[in-house]
Amino acid sequence: MAEFLFFLLSALCVGGVLGLILSRNAAYAALWVVLSFAALGALFGLLDGPFIAVVQIIIYAGAVMVLFLFVVMMIPLRPSAPSPKRKVFVAASLLLTACLAALIFLSLSASRGTSAAPAAPGFGGVRGIGRLLFTDLLYPFEITSLVIMAALVGALILAKKRKSP
Amino acid sequence: MIPASWFLALSGVLFALGVLAFLIKKDLLLMFLAVEVMLNAANLAFVAFARRHGLLEGQAAVFFIITVAAAEAAVGLAIILLVFRRKKTVKADEISVLKG
Repeated sequence: MAEFLFFLLSALCVGGVLGLILSRNAAYAALWVVLSFAALGALFGLLDGPFIAVVQIIIYAGAVMVLFLFVVMMIPLRPSAPSPKRKVFVAASLLLTACLAALIFLSLSASRGTSAAPAAPGFGGVRGIGRLLFTDLLYPFEITSLVIMAALVGALILAKKRKSP
Repeated sequence: MIPASWFLALSGVLFALGVLAFLIKKDLLLMFLAVEVMLNAANLAFVAFARRHGLLEGQAAVFFIITVAAAEAAVGLAIILLVFRRKKTVKADEISVLKG
């Protein structure tokens, strides 16, 4: 059952990214990525991380991607003129990506770990992560609020309509 | 019980696809979307390693990555809007001068 869920969700995930690559319409591409990220959230749930799963779906698939969709709708994206070098470029990108994938899989297969024991009850729940965030990781957690504040002010200043200089 | 290596393999595939999308796409917006896909592949690897070693720190790292990615998306999209307002285009090929 768990294996079936894993294969279904990973197919959704990979299919969503393929949809991003293949779709011509930017809004559809963003929606494909929403599907992919939601499936990824379910995969986090499968990996004993219920809190991270919920955060992924609410913040990533919800908030961030809706922001992307807003910007997609504000910018008119016209299809670009076909260039003669396009095929060569796509072939070169495929080759590069294949090399990178080979590297990644070599390094991942080198990291043989112990076979996973079943998780302790409550692993990845709000209680455990909250305790970790407010004890060991307190400073990074507080600094995150500064980062968000800076991003908020920066985005406002950048996107503000200014008088022509 | 699914072995964590399956999830690691999936994360590798997702990262490679993200790189491919980044290379192939021509709009700044879609290239940015591809970067988000790569970030999420890294997140999946973090959670898989957290599961394999039974440590919660991996999931806390994913929490931080998600918050920083949200901030990064806000600033990045504001920059793309600004580029569009100045150049009237978001094609990476047509934005080849650094002068505003």
